[in-house]
Amino acid sequence: MSAESPEPASAEEQKEMEDKVISPEKVEEAKLKARYPHLGQKPGGSDFLRKRLQKGQKYFDSGDYNMAKAKMKNKQLPTAAPDKTEVTGDHIPTPQDLPQRKPSLVASKLAG
Amino acid sequence: MIPGFGSLMQDVLWCFSQVKGTIDIGVTEADIISTVEFNHTGELLATGDKGGRVVIFQREQESKNQPHRRGEYNVYSTFQSHEPEFDYLKSLEIEEKINKIRWLPQQNAAYFLLSTNDKTVKLWKVSERDKRPEGYNLKDEDGRLRDPSMITMLRVPVLRPMDLMVEATPRRVFANAHTYHINSISVNSDYETYMSADDLRINLWNFEITNQSFNIVDIKPANMEELTEVITAAEFHPHHCNTFVYSSSKGTIRLCDMRTSALCDRHAKFFEEPEDPSNRSFFSEIISSISDVKFSHSGRYIMTRDYLTVKVWDLNMENRPIETYQVHDYLRSKLCSLYENDCIFDKFECVWNGSDSVIMTGSYNNFFRMFDRNTKRDVTLEASRENSKPRAILKPRKVCVGGKRRKDEISVDSLDFSKKILHTAWHPSENIIAVAATNNLYIFQDKVN
Repeated sequence: MSAESPEPASAEEQKEMEDKVISPEKVEEAKLKARYPHLGQKPGGSDFLRKRLQKGQKYFDSGDYNMAKAKMKNKQLPTAAPDKTEVTGDHIPTPQDLPQRKPSLVASKLAG
Repeated sequence: MIPGFGSLMQDVLWCFSQVKGTIDIGVTEADIISTVEFNHTGELLATGDKGGRVVIFQREQESKNQPHRRGEYNVYSTFQSHEPEFDYLKSLEIEEKINKIRWLPQQNAAYFLLSTNDKTVKLWKVSERDKRPEGYNLKDEDGRLRDPSMITMLRVPVLRPMDLMVEATPRRVFANAHTYHINSISVNSDYETYMSADDLRINLWNFEITNQSFNIVDIKPANMEELTEVITAAEFHPHHCNTFVYSSSKGTIRLCDMRTSALCDRHAKFFEEPEDPSNRSFFSEIISSISDVKFSHSGRYIMTRDYLTVKVWDLNMENRPIETYQVHDYLRSKLCSLYENDCIFDKFECVWNGSDSVIMTGSYNNFFRMFDRNTKRDVTLEASRENSKPRAILKPRKVCVGGKRRKDEISVDSLDFSKKILHTAWHPSENIIAVAATNNLYIFQDKVN
């Protein structure tokens, strides 16, 4: 988008350049709204903050988990879900689905 | 003026000194450095990573034989500080990533530091052992018990030298005090207390007491639907043990005085720069969110970092900063893509040099920026393996915004946004800086003649 040698600009380009002069942020905002028309009306507000506060949330119900585990014994074990990290409300997690959270027993490479 | 410590940036030529870490094609997530901190003398440099590990480097004694080699930093100790956990009660995965490390001032032969992940703060003691007792009566040298009936003589055990061993032991674990994610810890100047801050609350701890902490700030609204801002960083004043500041996602800073009340929900000072409402856009609030706040060593100023700028505030003036520095303003016309790839939420830190005359912060493409507050000059440098010959002088880098790109410049569209310098540290009294570039730690020093 770098300006090339001066050429007579169309009316559209002129307006765009004017907008850029006024505020590149507003141009970017227009781009974003064009791609995501349903983006929340309250920018930077509760949506972002709630997402931030909920970091790390995995949906796990020990009752459902144990019942699913019991049911599994009678059935063929299904193949593990391709995406092991997303375990959300609808899907009852099974032992295979829970992410393996093992500590790093390997020493840091900075100490090598 | 401290001898040998140039306060004018034009006098300082930064040179490559060391780089730690490996050159891997794919970076293991656990190796990503998440915090870097010098101790109060600059003798030790600690790093924490996403895998919950801490590595401490120690500066070697400068030898008179090699005056050109300023003391290099070598590995002193490394340990696993935090491990991943799963809170079954709240269905929360707790990352082992070390968010912050803060050193305690040294009071005896051992070193102490605080390290924290999202939920738990730990006090670690790092001590040296270079002697061991030998000549026990009831045990032999391998530790096996001797048959008492075979012992005919009594001897006094003696301490004999052994190879230096550095051990790290967790001395205190401060747990279960934070519902939300800890973003900051700060040691108080009284050396008896420290604070830990999460998104909505700040707690005050005594180092000796792990089963209690005082809540000193609580901004959680009664109805979470009304939540409009979160705490992003907090720090104690370097000299006044009653004073601290905390920053918010709305670009404001509050200074609180613990003498006024037990719960410091009402600030003593409120720092906010007025915004021109006609300039407001969807991105305004996001890019105004403060990612780091640091007191100057003098205690007179605070520095804040938001997405595009670094600002210096005078504690005596609340209505606007006294200085504003553009870190990478060319990103303003890239905000849409930076929002889509989440880079707009990157949390950059900022640091002061020892004399508070120069400030430094990171950017993308492994670039980092320094601003001299006196001369108003700034420089962009790069942490890269290409400039890693010993004592090679770092060449200033320049980003070209539009129009003709000069030979040495890089265009905005060519910047690598996956190479972000979020964490840097400046030696307390010398021109030595540590720069964390993803999984590598670079150490730069100024040129020694």
